[in-house]
Amino acid sequence: MRRLEVRFGSAARIDEPCEGRQSADVARTAHQLLSGVMNYSDASIGVSTTAPFLSLEGVRKTYPGVVALDGFSMEVRPGEVIGLVGENGAGKSTLMKILGGVTTPDTGTITVDGVAHDRLTVEASIGSGIAFVHQELNLFENLDVAANIFFGREPLRAGPLRLVDRARLRTLAAPLLKRVGANFSADTPVSTLSLAQQQMVEIAKALSIEARLVILDEPTSSLPLAETDKLLDVIRALKAEGISVIFISHRLHEVERVADRVVVLRDGKLAGTLPKSAVNHDQMVKLMIGRMLKQREKAAESARPPGTVALSAKAIRTSAYPDRPVDLGVRQGEILGLAGLVGSGRTELARVFFGIETSLGGALQLDGKDLVLGSAADAVANGIFLVPEDRKLTGILLDLSIAQNISLPNLPAHARRFLVSAGAEAVTAEKQKRNLGIKAPSVATRTGTLSGGNQQKVVLAKWLAMNPKVMILDEPTRGIDIGAKAEIYGLMRALADAGVAVLMISSDMEEVIGVSDRIAVMHEGQISGILDKEQFSQENVLLLAVGKQPR
Amino acid sequence: MSKKDLGLLILILVVGAVVAIINPRFLLPINLANTANLIGLFGILAIGQAFVIITGGIELSVGSVVALLGVLFVDFIATRDMAWPVALPLILVLGGMIGLAHGWLITRLKLQPFVVTLCGLLIYRGVARFYTADGTAGFAFGQNFPELEFLTAGRSYGVPNSFIALIVIAIVMWVVLHRSVFGRYLYAIGKNEEAAKYSGIRTGRVVMAAYVICGVLTALSAIYFAMYTRSISPASHGQFYELYAIAAAVLGGFSLRGGEGSLIGVILGTVLLQELQNLVNLLGIPSSLNFAVMGGVILIGVLVDQQWGVYRERRLMLEATRKGMAGASAE
Repeated sequence: MRRLEVRFGSAARIDEPCEGRQSADVARTAHQLLSGVMNYSDASIGVSTTAPFLSLEGVRKTYPGVVALDGFSMEVRPGEVIGLVGENGAGKSTLMKILGGVTTPDTGTITVDGVAHDRLTVEASIGSGIAFVHQELNLFENLDVAANIFFGREPLRAGPLRLVDRARLRTLAAPLLKRVGANFSADTPVSTLSLAQQQMVEIAKALSIEARLVILDEPTSSLPLAETDKLLDVIRALKAEGISVIFISHRLHEVERVADRVVVLRDGKLAGTLPKSAVNHDQMVKLMIGRMLKQREKAAESARPPGTVALSAKAIRTSAYPDRPVDLGVRQGEILGLAGLVGSGRTELARVFFGIETSLGGALQLDGKDLVLGSAADAVANGIFLVPEDRKLTGILLDLSIAQNISLPNLPAHARRFLVSAGAEAVTAEKQKRNLGIKAPSVATRTGTLSGGNQQKVVLAKWLAMNPKVMILDEPTRGIDIGAKAEIYGLMRALADAGVAVLMISSDMEEVIGVSDRIAVMHEGQISGILDKEQFSQENVLLLAVGKQPR
Repeated sequence: MSKKDLGLLILILVVGAVVAIINPRFLLPINLANTANLIGLFGILAIGQAFVIITGGIELSVGSVVALLGVLFVDFIATRDMAWPVALPLILVLGGMIGLAHGWLITRLKLQPFVVTLCGLLIYRGVARFYTADGTAGFAFGQNFPELEFLTAGRSYGVPNSFIALIVIAIVMWVVLHRSVFGRYLYAIGKNEEAAKYSGIRTGRVVMAAYVICGVLTALSAIYFAMYTRSISPASHGQFYELYAIAAAVLGGFSLRGGEGSLIGVILGTVLLQELQNLVNLLGIPSSLNFAVMGGVILIGVLVDQQWGVYRERRLMLEATRKGMAGASAE
């Protein structure tokens, strides 16, 4: 146990419960103190003259069938905030996995503190002070804040009994919480905290292991705007302490506000680096999307005017916001984008449309007639299909073959006298495989071995084989590589052009704006507004998403 | 027949050969016929259990149901003078209703299968003992049911009819499990119930049907057991039978997580269990060690199978990586 002072405004005292890493820590302490001081005196000079804390050189990583990262290089200097942006599937998560030591790059070097490595192990990553704050928080809701921060490294007392020293735990946690600007105490149960507060706990955890680089993976994607501001303040505070930050976000305006430099990834390659002066929204989008733009423009062109309302919700109340009825109608032949923050009730609405969840009130109508759904089977019987958000858990059965997955919702049609005909299954599957361009050795291939994009195509295929009336897609391109993404946009447009009502739930702003014919935005369980094509803009969607009126 | 089943068959033959060499009485027709009879009785039970396990559930009340329905069946035909062609279907319906009740509690009220059937285990045993006032249900001296006895305890060409019944049921259930739409649904639900639901399958009904099948088959085996022992003391009759059934399924390659296993596997599992019982008797191993031998063999069997699975997975991974690398360089 030892004490360390870091200069941050008024000097704060931090107790560090790190045992067994003393020697390495001493050097780091000196380094950190130094950079802290420098930042304090003159941040801009300090940053530019310091040697990089971390640098990547020509990193390449391939997965079967996909090049996830291709000759990627970047460096991170102490006290620098780097915005890392790129489309889903651009290689951000692979990069994070490499930095976290979870995967090994095929080629390339990773230099940490001037020491070059072929690869990082998880221990090396943690040991060199790289900390992650993931989009999905890894907190124990049943424990309090202090216990979460020091989980697995609790200060002990009573010698061999190894009891947790609760009082000390709280005194250790308090200064960390102060550093992240927390307005709650160390003994607050995590279950009572808001999302932003939980994120602060995660950051405090990162600080407690003496992080020198904090990687924030989409930290704001589920935060309301006011809380986001708080988080951005925390990032600035980290920077002022000389801690580097990699800030991954789809919300480009936030990146613009906080980043010193923006690194743009596209198709696993470095698409460009923007210095602070050149960081602006349009530049980032241009670098991010590249050729994607054309595909999207094509998907955005509707071949037919929308028809009558196919599926509609009348004052439907869902479990997300039981006291807020929602009204929404999807028209034949249109792609209706459903935007909104995570947790705004979009997925619950989709689950009601698909009969998985029963509505707490209100009514559904299909083609103007009342519709009662007791189960997903009822929805399927009515031609309402859902491509769910969680592909692996609910979209497909990983252990079944492509053909078996595709025939599953319509098995009686592939059977003679209750006996399944493998031949009929293969015929249907072959046809879909051809039409959708599913890349697999054969239709007997286990779907678990396919890439995300091809798995998603299998999910689509099982519904396309059955003449959909209404197709609901929940985050259809999440975690899918860019080529497959374009194909899925094309498929959605083809469906709409064939007269199917398409409802696309998406948190990917560019996707919503690029593909939809109309955009409905959800805010706290209700539709806060519907935008027509000429009103489309990121700003309008965001304003509606937080419950304000568009301009 | 899968590789797994083939491995089990070889194990059965090897153990059989070893036992036969040490004690040639193993191959006497009388011994084989007796063992075949027991295989028939326990096999029917195990097939029922297999249908529940494939959905990821478990049915622990089997032994108690064998006792309760056995007591009822003997009582119906021996003391209440019910014609056996009436009593037999009635017992099957009762078994089906018990299964339906379990399935309903599990799928509609979302109770855990373990809990529901554990309560069943206790309840049916208690009811069976209460019904006979803890007495023994049996036939009066000289009471005969020639046709029923032929069908249950009789032999055709030296083969016990119970074993023939098992073969017939096994063939039918093999088609149901491995070829029918219902069977595919069972596998799909066992693998991933959520995904099956999202594919528009009425998972509740399918799972309930699995428990009904288990109930009916258990009822059938209850009749066979009753006619085999001819007298039933409800306090001990059928005790641990659920574990024999579960053990047979596990030995046969079923995963208790659901979604895995074959009908041939569960039959072979039953055969191996009965062979082990027989081995304990024939090799003069103290019969008190009976359960220990069984437990040991099952543990080893599952361990070997699991390790083999790990090995195969790793090989597949390596292969996939190699292919992926080759594919990447070709691009």
